[in-house]
Amino acid sequence: MARSYTPGLKILSRTKVEKKRQLPMKGVVHKKIGDSVAPEEVVASTEIPGNVQMLNVANQLNIEPGNVPECMLVNLDEKINKNQVIAESKGIFGFFKSQLKSPIDGTLANVSEITGQAILSEPPIPVEVDAYTSGTITEVIEEEGVTVETEGVLVQGILGIGGENRGILEVVTGSHADELTAELITEDHKGKILLGGSFLGMPAFEKAKSVGVAGIVTGGFDYTDLSKILGYSLGVAITGSEEIGPSLIITEGFGNISMAARTYELLSNHAGEFAAINGSTQIRAGVIRPEILIPKEEVSDSSEKVDESDLAISEGSLIRVIRAPYFGRVGKVKTLPAKLTKMESETMVRVAEIEFEDGSSEIIPRANLEMILT
Amino acid sequence: MDKKTEDIQIILATDCGSTTTKAILIQLVEGSYRLTHRGEAPTTVEAPFEDVTRGVLNAIMELEELSGRKLLDGEKIISPIQEDCGVDIYISTSSAGGGLQMMVGGVVKSMTGESAQRAALGAGAIVMDVLAANDGRLYHEKVKRIRQLRPDMILLSGGVDGGTVTHVVELAEVLEAANPKPRLGINYKLPVIYAGNNKATDAVEERLGEITDLTTVANIRPTLEEENLQPSRDRIHDLFMEHVMAQAPGYKKLMNWTHAPIMPTPGAVGEIIKKIAEEEDISVVGVDIGGATTDVFSVFQKQFNRTVSANLGMSYSVCNVLAESGFTNVARWVPFDMDETILTNRIGNKMIRPTTIPQSLEALIIEQAIAREALRLSFEQHKEFAVHLKGVQQERTISDAFEQTSSGNTLVNLMELDMLVGSGGVLSHAPRRHQAARMLIDAFLPEGITQLAVDSIFMMPQLGILSTIHSKAAVEVFEKDCLIRLGSCVAPVGRQKEGQPLMHYEIFLESERISGNLMPGELKLIDAPFEPFRAVFTPTKGIDIGAGKNEVLETKVFGGVVGIFLDGRGRQPFTIPAEATERVNQLLQWSASTNEYPTMEAA
Repeated sequence: MARSYTPGLKILSRTKVEKKRQLPMKGVVHKKIGDSVAPEEVVASTEIPGNVQMLNVANQLNIEPGNVPECMLVNLDEKINKNQVIAESKGIFGFFKSQLKSPIDGTLANVSEITGQAILSEPPIPVEVDAYTSGTITEVIEEEGVTVETEGVLVQGILGIGGENRGILEVVTGSHADELTAELITEDHKGKILLGGSFLGMPAFEKAKSVGVAGIVTGGFDYTDLSKILGYSLGVAITGSEEIGPSLIITEGFGNISMAARTYELLSNHAGEFAAINGSTQIRAGVIRPEILIPKEEVSDSSEKVDESDLAISEGSLIRVIRAPYFGRVGKVKTLPAKLTKMESETMVRVAEIEFEDGSSEIIPRANLEMILT
Repeated sequence: MDKKTEDIQIILATDCGSTTTKAILIQLVEGSYRLTHRGEAPTTVEAPFEDVTRGVLNAIMELEELSGRKLLDGEKIISPIQEDCGVDIYISTSSAGGGLQMMVGGVVKSMTGESAQRAALGAGAIVMDVLAANDGRLYHEKVKRIRQLRPDMILLSGGVDGGTVTHVVELAEVLEAANPKPRLGINYKLPVIYAGNNKATDAVEERLGEITDLTTVANIRPTLEEENLQPSRDRIHDLFMEHVMAQAPGYKKLMNWTHAPIMPTPGAVGEIIKKIAEEEDISVVGVDIGGATTDVFSVFQKQFNRTVSANLGMSYSVCNVLAESGFTNVARWVPFDMDETILTNRIGNKMIRPTTIPQSLEALIIEQAIAREALRLSFEQHKEFAVHLKGVQQERTISDAFEQTSSGNTLVNLMELDMLVGSGGVLSHAPRRHQAARMLIDAFLPEGITQLAVDSIFMMPQLGILSTIHSKAAVEVFEKDCLIRLGSCVAPVGRQKEGQPLMHYEIFLESERISGNLMPGELKLIDAPFEPFRAVFTPTKGIDIGAGKNEVLETKVFGGVVGIFLDGRGRQPFTIPAEATERVNQLLQWSASTNEYPTMEAA
């Protein structure tokens, strides 16, 4: 039987999730294998080097670069305070000495006899990484971080903005096809993660932001609104560091598109539960999709695991169309013809014959299909 | 590869792009090498695969299906040939994994900085930033930038051999203070190549030897008048294989499968463009428009240049094309009215689902509109970069003194351009070659007479790497199966009053003589095969067709699978009506006269 591989987003009611929690550079890991952790617990920390300042000592003391090391009054790596005299010229017979004061608090990092510069480093900046989800530590990467393992509901979106956030999940629309409007958002939603249906407009986002909502999950959103939120046009889908208030995840794409019924139903079933949300997206090599994770305390035997064979479309596979003109429609693969077929655009492509839920059939390029993992 | 080159009969080559992995099968047919089949599959660097070889296997599986030849034994490429299955050699290029991302440094931005940039670009890298002693940034800003960008490697140059060491050592100190970490892999040191003043080698070694993986090669600019890029390029390529590819998902496995080292895609395409220019002794502009980046290559006055526009592509970075060109510039190529929100959402959806393809004609037209802008913007960047060496002392005569030219002016002269070659999905896979020709003309606006060609099915990368190990096979396939000659564009330069012709043309085809006047705003297409035809172009007052203003040009002009375009839409400036209805009508007229979207007209 013909098979075709296609990308697919994870929409899993119960799965084992491993989260690597790593520092940007080497540091200290605070947990060991087998430890149970809560989402906000710090699992690793480090200090990243502080900003540096370069001082042209030779110029300022009016001496040759080669003489700079002997004029320094502090040693390498020694702590220095702002306005502390750190260099002094020899002067003439001990008179007419020039002095140089440190412009910052920090340490002396380097002195060059070729360029006559001194490099001062500001105090290091502490960085902490938390567990993100409750779970158990299953791996310690020495000096770098840990892997937290948990079981729970995992839903990937197609694009997100804003980084990690957490809160109680609340359903605010009546169905997967309803728009999440500003009127539906109340003061009670502060710190919560809201589940919407088809679309989120700019007024609703503004309201959510003013209320202090932690995160929003919706089917679609306008690209022009995204530009307004960010203050610039998103040129490449690499996100996660924006400070926009609530983290925002869209599950389907740009425009007014109903959230896939299965996604909506799955998340709705867990209303009132704790959810960790991460809007970080990277649509490039090593793709990262945004996600909603609802961790479960108890371990079950029915955990779903996705492997690549699940993404092979074959006759009978349940799929969703991911590009116009049938964008968002769900159907079953009827046949996978081997021959190239001409589309309306006159493009010759490999296609699949799809039978939609209403019984109608259409020929769709295989590249425009997404597997629905059941 | 155990077989001698002349005994090779079947070659399998893949190109792992950021969006699609393309596989081609080349076979020895009646004494000459021919492309016989082609397969493709989405590139699989994304979870759950996170293994580029999956996409490679899928593309090869498609080849198997189409060719009927067994190439795989499970997940292993069958090589050498066993009876009627397998291949003699397997080779691959790659731009997946975000390509090779570099930072370069030089003392003076427009001199050693630019030379370093050229070395990196020529090796197939994306240059993320150019550090220079005179780049206007404060030290701590440079340090911050290096830490932020986390490049795959850094090329440091600066100074001529034996010159002042202070400035280049200063740059080494900036790197030392930043203590940069590589993008991939926390456990290895960042590769740094030093290609600067040989007198500063020890001082640079002292500062960077321990904290980075430092190697020194010959100076990139040994004297002001000379550029020596090859040693740096070779080293970049070696390090790319050792560090970057080895870190990308699945590449270690792929590297074991191939019979020759994997080459960065742009490096391979550059090889082919240089070959065209050399063999035909012409000036060439080549473009490879991909999902994430667009590479432009040019050979003018025998000087090869390559630029990469890192965020101008047709899928991953398609929204950046929209952001940089603006909605109006994209919409000016769309021959129907479309609301800004709908159009931008459509383009946004292509970015977030990069491997989808246009099914409807409307979607195709929007993609081709965006492509025109991506190509135009990339070419603008190329023109600014492909310049004569800066800082070179020039001898001037009295007459030169009035010209006020300086070193560093662009090498790109559209009137001198002989051939424009396009490659990349949107050009190679355009359902009609007429569309590819129109995209090239509209984006590059060639002047005078220019031949147009496209890579038939987007296989220049594979042929580029093949040319390094089996030149005969590469050249044969390139000439017979790869390069599709579209025809020529004849575009007069200069303004003309409305109602007055730009030129009179006479083209002597094999069986008929075609003649007439070309009016301002007109775009005509003459059906003519790929052969040289005698032609006489007589410009009206103030117009130039290549022989100079007002000068008659008697020449040969080539046809092709599309034909000869007579483009009277204006050069310097080229204009499209601003008013919506007028613009749509004009676009529809140009489409109709060039057979661009005949099914739209029929509908």
